[in-house]
Amino acid sequence: MMTGVAEDEDKWLAAGIAGLQQNAFYMHRAMDSNNLRDALKYSAQMLSELRTSKLSPHKYYELYMRAFDELRKLEMFFKEETRRGCSIVDLYELVQHAGNILPRLYLLCTVGSVYIKSKEAPAKDILKDLVEMCRGIQHPLRGLFLRSYLSQLSRDKLPDIGSEYEGDADTITDAVEFVIQNFTEMNKLWVRMQHQGPAREKERREKERSELRDLVGKNLHVLSQIEGIDLDMYKDTVLPRILEQVVNCKDEIAQYYLMDCIIQVFPDEYHLQTLEVLLSAFPQLQASVDIKTVLSQLMERLASYAALSSEVLPEFLQVEAFSKLNSAIGKVIEAQPDMPVVGAVTLCSSLLKFSLHVHPDRLDYADQVLGSCVKQLSGKGKIEDSKATKQIVALLSAPLEKYNNVVTALKLSNYPCVMEYLDNETNKVMATVIIQNIMKNNTHISTADKVEALFELIKGLIKDLDETLHDEVDEDDFKEEQCSVARLIQMLHNEDPEEMFKIICVVKKHILTGGPKRLSFTVPPLVFNSLKLVRRLQGQEENPFGDDESTSTKKIFQLLNQIVEALSSIPAPDLALRLYLQCAEAANDCDLEPVAYEFFTQAYIIYEEEISDSRAQVTAMHLIIGTLQRMHVFGVENRDTLTHKATGYSAKLLKKPDQCRAVYACSHLFWVDDQDNLKDGERVLLCLKRALRIANAAQQMSNATRGSTGSVMLFVEILNKYIYFFEKGNPQITVASIQSLMELITTEMQSDTTTQDPAADAFFASTLRYIQFQKQKGGAISEKYGTIKLSDS
Amino acid sequence: MNYLLGAFKPSCNIFITFADGKNRKQVPLKKENGQTAMVPLFQSQENISGKVSIEPIQGKKVEHNGVKVELLGQIEMYFDRGNFYDFTSLVRELDVPGELYERKTYSFEFSTVEMPYETYNGVHVRLRYVLKVTINRGYAGSIVEYQDFVVRNYTPPPSINNSIKMEVGIEDCLHIEFEYNKSKYHLKDVIIGKIYFLLVRIKIKNMDLEIRRRESTGSGQNTHVETETLAKFELMDGAPVRGESIPIRLFLSPYELTPTYRNVNNKFSVKYYLNLVLVDEEDRRYFKQQEITIFRLQETSS
Repeated sequence: MMTGVAEDEDKWLAAGIAGLQQNAFYMHRAMDSNNLRDALKYSAQMLSELRTSKLSPHKYYELYMRAFDELRKLEMFFKEETRRGCSIVDLYELVQHAGNILPRLYLLCTVGSVYIKSKEAPAKDILKDLVEMCRGIQHPLRGLFLRSYLSQLSRDKLPDIGSEYEGDADTITDAVEFVIQNFTEMNKLWVRMQHQGPAREKERREKERSELRDLVGKNLHVLSQIEGIDLDMYKDTVLPRILEQVVNCKDEIAQYYLMDCIIQVFPDEYHLQTLEVLLSAFPQLQASVDIKTVLSQLMERLASYAALSSEVLPEFLQVEAFSKLNSAIGKVIEAQPDMPVVGAVTLCSSLLKFSLHVHPDRLDYADQVLGSCVKQLSGKGKIEDSKATKQIVALLSAPLEKYNNVVTALKLSNYPCVMEYLDNETNKVMATVIIQNIMKNNTHISTADKVEALFELIKGLIKDLDETLHDEVDEDDFKEEQCSVARLIQMLHNEDPEEMFKIICVVKKHILTGGPKRLSFTVPPLVFNSLKLVRRLQGQEENPFGDDESTSTKKIFQLLNQIVEALSSIPAPDLALRLYLQCAEAANDCDLEPVAYEFFTQAYIIYEEEISDSRAQVTAMHLIIGTLQRMHVFGVENRDTLTHKATGYSAKLLKKPDQCRAVYACSHLFWVDDQDNLKDGERVLLCLKRALRIANAAQQMSNATRGSTGSVMLFVEILNKYIYFFEKGNPQITVASIQSLMELITTEMQSDTTTQDPAADAFFASTLRYIQFQKQKGGAISEKYGTIKLSDS
Repeated sequence: MNYLLGAFKPSCNIFITFADGKNRKQVPLKKENGQTAMVPLFQSQENISGKVSIEPIQGKKVEHNGVKVELLGQIEMYFDRGNFYDFTSLVRELDVPGELYERKTYSFEFSTVEMPYETYNGVHVRLRYVLKVTINRGYAGSIVEYQDFVVRNYTPPPSINNSIKMEVGIEDCLHIEFEYNKSKYHLKDVIIGKIYFLLVRIKIKNMDLEIRRRESTGSGQNTHVETETLAKFELMDGAPVRGESIPIRLFLSPYELTPTYRNVNNKFSVKYYLNLVLVDEEDRRYFKQQEITIFRLQETSS
C-alpha cells in the first residue's frame, strides 16, 4: 500500500516535470523571438504544474526547483523586455491578467523583482503589494513554496539601511514589516497543515511538516541578516512581533522549532538585552512543547557568549540575566503542571551550568538553583525516571566539574537536599563521583563542618539507606565503594589538632552508623588517621590544648577504644586485635601506661574470647609477642602480667610446632636489648628449654603417629635463638648448652627415622657457617665463640 | 430585388469617405461574414460629414431618379434576422433626378447627430450605425452602398460611486464579507476588493470571481435572457480559515466588455454582474452575484 502511494507519486512527479518542461520549451521559443504574449502564456501554463495537490512536500520541492530555474530565465527576459521599451508598470499589470492564481502570483513576484530593480517605484511598495497578494494562496504547501519564492527573490532587494533600495525615512521599518508579514503568513500556513486531513495520517503529516520547517525559519534568518535592525528595533518591534506569532499559533511543532530558531539566528548580545521579553514567551507556549531543550540551548549559548570575552560580563550583571532566567524557569514549570520531572530538572541543570559559567563567584546563585530544584522535586519522592536521574547527576556534577573542589560544593546548602531525591543506586554513584573528584584534585577538606557536610553528601556510601535492598549489591562494587570511602577518610587532614580531633569525631559518628559490613573498611583508616594525630601530638612537649586537656592524647585514645570496639559487632576479631595492638603501641610511645595496658587487655580478651581458629591464633600470638616486646611503658607488675599471659597462651596453642615457635618467641619478652632492667636471662633460658621440650614432644608425636620423626627444623630454630642470646651476653646460655644442642641436631639428622628436609639441612648448615664466621671475625665476639667446637663435618 | 441586381453588373462604383477620415480613430468591427474591418469611430453629437463619389463604369451612363445618403441607426434581433429596426434615420438628398456620365462627388453633412446608443454585437441582438447611399433608378432597381461606422459614447466618472459591501453566508457553515471598491467601473478599470472569512466550516477548494454579462432581448413574454461568463478569475487557492482576508485585484482591460446598456430603445438591455464563487472539495458551488455598472470613460490619452 505504501509503496503503491510512493510509486504513484513518482508517476505524478514525472508527469508534472514533463508538463513543465514542455511548456518551458515553448516559453523559451517565445522568449527567443521576443514574443512577450506567448512567453507569458506558456510560463503561466508551465507554472500551472505547481497547482498539483498530489505530491508530498519532498517531491513538490523537486518540481518547484525546476520551475524556479525556469523563472530565473523568465526574469532575465522581463528585464530585457523593459530595456527594449516595455514599461515595467504595464508588465506588472499584464502578468496579473492570468486567470489562475498560482501562476499569476509566481509571475507577479518575478516581475516584481525586476520592478524593484528598475527603481521605478519604491521597493517597499512593491514588496508590500507582493506579500499582500500572496494571501490568495491558502493551500499550505503551495502557499509555503510561493512565499518562499517571494522571500528568496526579495532577500537582496529589501530596503535595508545601506542597501541600494533604501528609501526615505523609516525605510528599515518597511523591510522588517515585509519579512515579518511573510513569516507570519508562512507560519500560519505551516501550522494549518497540522489540522487538515484525516487524524490517522497525523504522523505522516508531522513528518511532512518537519520537512518544510526550514522554509518558515528562513524568514527569521533573513531578519537576522538585515543590517538596519539595531538592538532597539529588535527589542521594540522584531522580537515582540515574532513572539506574538509564535505564541498565538498554539502549535507544538512550530513553537518548538521557532523558539529554537530565534535563539540560533539572532546574536547573543540581543538575547541578553531582550531576555525578559524572550523569556516571557516561554510560559505561554503549549504544554507539550519541549521547552527544556530550547531554554537549555539559550542558556548554553549565553554561557558560551559570556565565556567568549570578559568584557560582556557586566552586561550580564546589568540585565540581571540570572534572576531573569531563574524566574522564567519557575514560571515555565508553573505554567506546565504536567511537565515531567525530567523537564524541570533539565532546566535547573542548564541554569546551574549557566550560573557556574557566567557567575562563578556567585555560589549563592548556584545554591538558589539547587533550592528551586528541590522545590520542584519535593513531594515527588525518589525519582524513578532514568532520564531525570541522569539529569540530576549532571546537575550535581556541574559544580564539582566547574570548581574542581568539593569544598565549594559543600557550601551549597541545597546540594544534599537534591541528592535525597536520587534513588539509592544513583545516590551511591553520585557519592563515588564526589569522592573521586576529591581524590583527583587532592582536595583538602579541613574543617569538621565541611566533613560533616561531606559525609552528609556521601551518606549513600556510609550507611544503608534502604534496608530492603541489601542482597542486590554486587560484592566487588561494594568493596570498591568502601575502599574509596576509606581513601577519603585517609585524606582528611588539618594542621590544627583540635580541629582534626573534631573531624575524627565527626567521621566516627558517621561511620559507626554504617553497619557491620562497612566497619571493617572504614574503621582501620580512621584508626590510623587518629594515630597519625597522636603521633603528631606526642612530639610536642606542651599540651597544645591548655589545661582542660579537652583534646589530649588520652581523649583520642578513648575515642580509639570506642572505635575499635565497634568492630566487635561484625565481628572482626583479627582486625580488632591488630588495631588494639597498634593503639597500644601508640600509647606506649606517649608514655600512657594505663592506656596501653587497657588496649592490651582488650587485645587479650579478644584473643581469648573470639579468636578460635588455630591459624589465626598463631598469627595473633606472634603479633602480641612482637608488640609486647617493644613496649617499654609498663611497670614490672603490668609487664609481668602481660608476658605471663602471653607465654601461657603460647604454650596452649594447638599444634606442637606452633607452640614451640610461640614459646621461643616469648623468650624475647624477657630480654630487651636497649632496656637494662629487662634482661632476665633465666627466664629466657626457661622459655628456650620449654621450647626444646615441646620440640622434642613434637618429634615423638610425629614418630608415634606417622612412623617417622618430623623435621629437625624446630631444633635448628631454637639453636638460632640460643646463639642469639649467647651473642647478646645472656649468662644463662652456655657454650655447653649450644654444643649439646648442635650435637642433638646432628644426631637427629643422621637418624634413619628422620624425614629428610633440605630446608632444615640448609638452615643448619648456614647456622654453622655463621658460627664459623663469628669465630674468625676476631675481637670479643671471636673470643666468645672460640669455645664452641664445631664438628668435623 | 437583390437577385435582380446580381444579374447585372453594377454600372457604377460608389465611394463613401469621411471628412476627417485620415485622422479619425479607427476601431475593429466584426462584420456579418465574420471578418473584422477597421471602421471610423464616432460619438453622439458629432458632425458626420464627408463625400460620396459615384463613378460610372467606363462608357456607361447612370440614369437615376435622385441620389441620397442616409444615416441609419439600426437594431437587428437575431430571431428576426434581416429585419432592421431603425431608431435613427436621417436623409440628405445629394442629387436631383438626372444622368451621370462621369465621376461625380457630393459632399454631405449630418451635423450634431443624436446617436444615443453604442454599436453593439451581442448574442441575440446587434446594434449598428451605417451610412447608406442610394441611387434611385426606379424600375432598374436602386444602387445601394453601405458604410459602417462605430459609435461609442463616453460617460464622465459618476459623482456617486459607492463600494459594494456585503455579508453573506450559510448558517453555521460559511460566513463571508466581501467588498468591491466601487459599484461602477469603466472598461479599463480594475476591481479592487477583499473577501473576509468570518466563519469557515466547509472545506473550500478555491474561489473565483466571474464577470457575467446578461443580455436580455424582447419584452414581456418574449423576453429572452442570455448570460455569458466573460471572465473567470481565480482569487484563492486552498482552504482559508476564519479571519483570513483575501485580496481581489481584477483588471478589466483584457476582457471584451461593453458599457452597461439599460433598455436600449425598448429592445434590449446588457447588464454586468460580478459573481463570487466558492467551490468546496466536493465541487459544490456557493456563489453570490452582484450587479456592477460598466461605463465608458473618455480616454485621457486620446
